Amino acid sequence: MTAPDASQLPRLLATVARPDLASHLSRWGGPPRRGPELLDELGRSRLGGRGGAGFPTARKWAALAAGGRPVVVVNATEGEPASNKDKTLLVHAPHLVLDGASLAARALGASEVIVCVDRRASAALRACGLAISERAGRGLDAVPFRLEAAPPGYVTGEESALVNWINGNPALPSFGRRPYERGVDGRPTLVQNAETLAHVALIGRFGSSWFGALGTDAHPGTALVTVTGDVRHPSVYEVAMGTPLVDVLAPAGADQPVQGVLVGGYAGTWLGPAAATSARLDPAWLGSAGASLGCGSLVVVGPHTCGLKAVAMIAAWMAGQSAGQCGPCARGLPTVADGLGRLLSAGAPNKWNAQIDRWLWMIDGRGACKHPDGAVRMIRSGIQVFAREIESHRHGGDCRRPPPSLALPRYSEVMV
Amino acid sequence: MNRTRRLVVDPIRCDAHGICAELLPELIQLDDWGYPMVSEQPVPHHLEAHARRAVAACPTLALLATEVEVARTAGGRAR
Repeated sequence: MTAPDASQLPRLLATVARPDLASHLSRWGGPPRRGPELLDELGRSRLGGRGGAGFPTARKWAALAAGGRPVVVVNATEGEPASNKDKTLLVHAPHLVLDGASLAARALGASEVIVCVDRRASAALRACGLAISERAGRGLDAVPFRLEAAPPGYVTGEESALVNWINGNPALPSFGRRPYERGVDGRPTLVQNAETLAHVALIGRFGSSWFGALGTDAHPGTALVTVTGDVRHPSVYEVAMGTPLVDVLAPAGADQPVQGVLVGGYAGTWLGPAAATSARLDPAWLGSAGASLGCGSLVVVGPHTCGLKAVAMIAAWMAGQSAGQCGPCARGLPTVADGLGRLLSAGAPNKWNAQIDRWLWMIDGRGACKHPDGAVRMIRSGIQVFAREIESHRHGGDCRRPPPSLALPRYSEVMV
Repeated sequence: MNRTRRLVVDPIRCDAHGICAELLPELIQLDDWGYPMVSEQPVPHHLEAHARRAVAACPTLALLATEVEVARTAGGRAR
C-alpha cells in the first residue's frame, strides 16, 4: 500500500477505538517482511527509546545481534504513576506494538516474544491478549508470542528486574548484569518499550525518511505524552518531537499561571514557569535545561495547589518503591523524604536545605539500578523550582493548599 | 596506557559492615547510613596492598577491584 501522509498526526494513535486486526491492516497494510537490514534503516531513523532512557534503538539492537538465539521482551509494564501512554497504545493499537516486536524478532533471529503488561492494567491486558490470538489465527508471525501479567511496582520495568521476574525470580534489579548479554533463560534479550516498538512497525513499513518528516533532525518522529496534574483534560497526546510544551498544556486546559511542570515522570525534572514557557518536547532542548523527556509524562502544578507537597509526596512514594536491595537507596530515600516533610511545616531550620542537599549527593549514582538517581533528580529540581514555596512554609507554616491531582487520563481520553 | 585497579562496591551485596572504610580511609568514606562511598580514582600504587586487604576483609564480598586502563591518573570525586 502507499504510505499515509507523513506530515499527518496522529500516527500511532490513528486507529483509536479500532484496535482490531482488520482495522489495523486496512490502515497500515500487512506487516513488512524485513530481515537484518532493518537495523540500518533503524539507524538512519535515529529512533530513540521511549521508555525513559532514550537510548538509540539501533545501537541497542546491534549490541544484541552478536550473541546466541535471542528473546524479545515487550516492556509495557509502565509502573510510572503519571504515565498512561503505553497502556493507552495497547488498548487502541496493540497490533502496531506487536508488529514492532515481530520485526525485532525477525531482524534479530529471536525465537520468542514475551509481552509484559502490568497485571493491574486489565483493559490493556485484554486488548493485547485478543490481538495476540487474532495474529496467531492468521499465522502473521514467525515466532510465538506470550503474554505475561507482570507484578506492579516502579522498578518492575527496569530491564534486569523484568528479566529476573520472567526467569522466575523476584522482580528486582541486578547489579552489573546486562540482559542484552544474558537475559531470559540466559539468552541475549532485547527489552524494548512498547511505544518504541510501535514506531519500529512504521519505520519498517515506510522507512526512515517518512518517519523523519515529523520531529527534529536530531530527534525525528513523534512521541506519546501523558498530561496530568492541574489540567482540565488529563490526556494522552501524540506530538511531533520538538513541539513547544505550551502547545500541549493549552489544549489540556492547564490551570494558569503554571508554577511548575514535572517532565519525564516521577524520576523526571521539574521545570519552573519560565522554562515551562519556552520548553520544547525533545531530548535536545530538555537536555540543555538539565531535563529529559523520559517516558513523556507531564505533571502540571497550577496556581491553586502546592508544588512542594507534590515533591515531598512523590519523594515519599519513590522511597517506598525502593527495591530495598541497596543501602543508599533503601535507607537514604526515606531519610530525604522525611526531611522534605519537615520543610512543609513552620520553623524548619535554614540549614535543613543544605542537609537535604548533602543526602542527595550521597545517594546519587549509588544503586544497582537508576531508581535512586531518578528520585534525586526529581527532588533536586523540585527544591530549586519551589524555593519560594519552601520559604513561605518555613515562615508561615502549612499553605493549606492540596498537592496537584494526579488522576490519570482514561483510555478514551486521547487527544489527537 | 597503564593498567591499574579501581574499587567498586556491589551495592546489593554490601551490608554496611564498614570494615573497608577502616582499612582504607584514603579511598573509602562512609555515608550517613554507614555504606561505603568509594573513590572513582584508580588505586594509587602506594595503596595497593591496603586496597587488597580491604577487598579481602569484606564479609559480604561486596568490594571488588576491577582492572581498568587509564591514560593518566584522572581526578574523580569520592564515591
